[in-house]
Amino acid sequence: MKVEHATASSRIGVALVAVTLIVLTLAPFWGAREMLRLLAEIFTFVALASLWNLLAGYAGLVSVGQQAFVGLGGYLLFALAMLAGVHPILAILIAGPVAALIAVPVALLIFRLRGAYFAIGTWVVAEVFRLLASQVSVLGGGSGISLPASIVIAMAPSRQAREFEIYWLALALTVMVLGLIVTLLRSRHGLALTAIRDNELTAQSAGIDVTRLKFIVYVVTAFGTGMVGALIFLMKLRISPDTAFSVNDWTAFVIFITVIGGIGRIEGPIIGTIIFFMLRQALADLGSLYLLIMGAVAIAIMLGAPKGLWGLVAERFGWQVLPLQRRLVTADTAEQTGAKP
Amino acid sequence: MTEWINVILQGVLIGGLYAMFAAGLSLIFGVMRLVNIAHGDLIVLAAYVALLVTQGVGIDPLTSLLLVVPIMAAIGYALQRGLLNFTLGEDLLPPLLVTFGLSIIIQNGLLELFTADSRKLQAGAIEIQTFQVAQGIWIGVLPLIQFVVAIAVIAGLQMLFYRTALGRAFRATSDDQPVAQLMGLDTRHVFAMAMALSLAVIAIAGVFLAVRANFDPSIGPARLIFGFEAVIIGGLGSMWGTLIGGIVLGVSQAIGAQINPGWQLLAGHIIFLTILAVRPQGLFPKVAG
Repeated sequence: MKVEHATASSRIGVALVAVTLIVLTLAPFWGAREMLRLLAEIFTFVALASLWNLLAGYAGLVSVGQQAFVGLGGYLLFALAMLAGVHPILAILIAGPVAALIAVPVALLIFRLRGAYFAIGTWVVAEVFRLLASQVSVLGGGSGISLPASIVIAMAPSRQAREFEIYWLALALTVMVLGLIVTLLRSRHGLALTAIRDNELTAQSAGIDVTRLKFIVYVVTAFGTGMVGALIFLMKLRISPDTAFSVNDWTAFVIFITVIGGIGRIEGPIIGTIIFFMLRQALADLGSLYLLIMGAVAIAIMLGAPKGLWGLVAERFGWQVLPLQRRLVTADTAEQTGAKP
Repeated sequence: MTEWINVILQGVLIGGLYAMFAAGLSLIFGVMRLVNIAHGDLIVLAAYVALLVTQGVGIDPLTSLLLVVPIMAAIGYALQRGLLNFTLGEDLLPPLLVTFGLSIIIQNGLLELFTADSRKLQAGAIEIQTFQVAQGIWIGVLPLIQFVVAIAVIAGLQMLFYRTALGRAFRATSDDQPVAQLMGLDTRHVFAMAMALSLAVIAIAGVFLAVRANFDPSIGPARLIFGFEAVIIGGLGSMWGTLIGGIVLGVSQAIGAQINPGWQLLAGHIIFLTILAVRPQGLFPKVAG
């Protein structure tokens, strides 16, 4: 007997993912400038939503304050690049561990709040970060600051080279974040996390240290979110407390994406991001009505199809794109499926 | 010295408003374990309802409460029966995400209807009336009314909880929902009554908020956070605790603002986080059992 992850659909899925990755890596050679920008933005949302999905969908930690770490990453990028002369790419890499380090005392504090009150606690933390950022006058205080042109030019000589560099950076970071999540979910901890997702109490009684695992997930999520935040503000070239710690941009959209795509499944945030961007292109002219519609769609999906659109597909056809499920392969089933025991 | 006494007094009086934000939040959490992320936006919605009522009927804001309170209570009952009851269950996620979506809907709906312009309710001469309680120490009439109303609201909720049949139904459902149902309580109705009551309190808070300061569609989430902080500071499950929590928060903000205007909100958050660190059960937790 042995445990297998892959299914027929996941073998096809992995092949599709590989082809997509090659096509996306070559995008600078086939896509226009606007295309690259849009794709890079999509990648950052896939990364943010996947991280939130890990936090809320698997570990059951519903945070409405992840903008704390997006903004923190952004401000770390600006501080390191402008005040310490660190290369922006190195600054993105540093933003991850620093965000994780700061997440430790934050987690110790807000983990005292249970369930839904935890959610608002995360929001308070984000507000504290925003108010503190607006007190830092060397980084523009409340009105914000732009990244000096000299730092941007130092990244690459031509504008095109810079745009390619940032595109590949966004792709690489997103692949890294997804790789991190997949690796985590395929590990022992992943099995425990899936158990927590399905039933926390049962998981606990099976001997899983739920609190410790949640703590690890919170810190890992902060690590990834901080790096993505730094990248987002390298793309924007301008930061202010209100944009960096925006609950709409970095939490509301991310929650809608995950809920629509399918919470608690790795494919959900990717599907959700694609739908979200299609809706955004279609409804962009509607202004605030667009957000209103997004809110209504998210509520309808939460009530009607709580596992999201991918959840419907996965349950109907038994598909999985990435090999994450665990199936026990015995001699009998091996004969039937043709797998070697 | 008198300057600081005035500052602290202002903080205590605004604490009454925060206690009203908190009482509605605490009430529904107590009865059905629901944390309403749209709580702050509903406060702002009440302010806009009051704006329409005062302009439409031509009455002053305090009298408008006679209409705004029942309107908001009706909205609360309908919201619970029509939407939120379907989200309740073992899983925490649906109520959180649905009320989060509701928050976005209310904010953007108000933005669409009323634009982002700041509004204020005009209460007339009473807004600027003050009286002197001691040499150099002044109290505004309106803040004092607000504080007295807050105490009355909390005392009223306390009475309702422990002296009436509805309160008994609330406590029974809170303790054990299936058993309460077996005893013949329609929990869907009990939950809807709790939400109606919560929104009635919200209506009072919203009107006082709108008389005191400018409001616009985006200020809801900050009110939710103030209410939440007051609940946690005071101690979960305690009605009088929310009053103390509101006062602690109000005084912290007032002192912070006096030292440096940029520190007003930060001071409140820091006191909240400090209390969470050293006394996570809050100052006056409900006695167990």
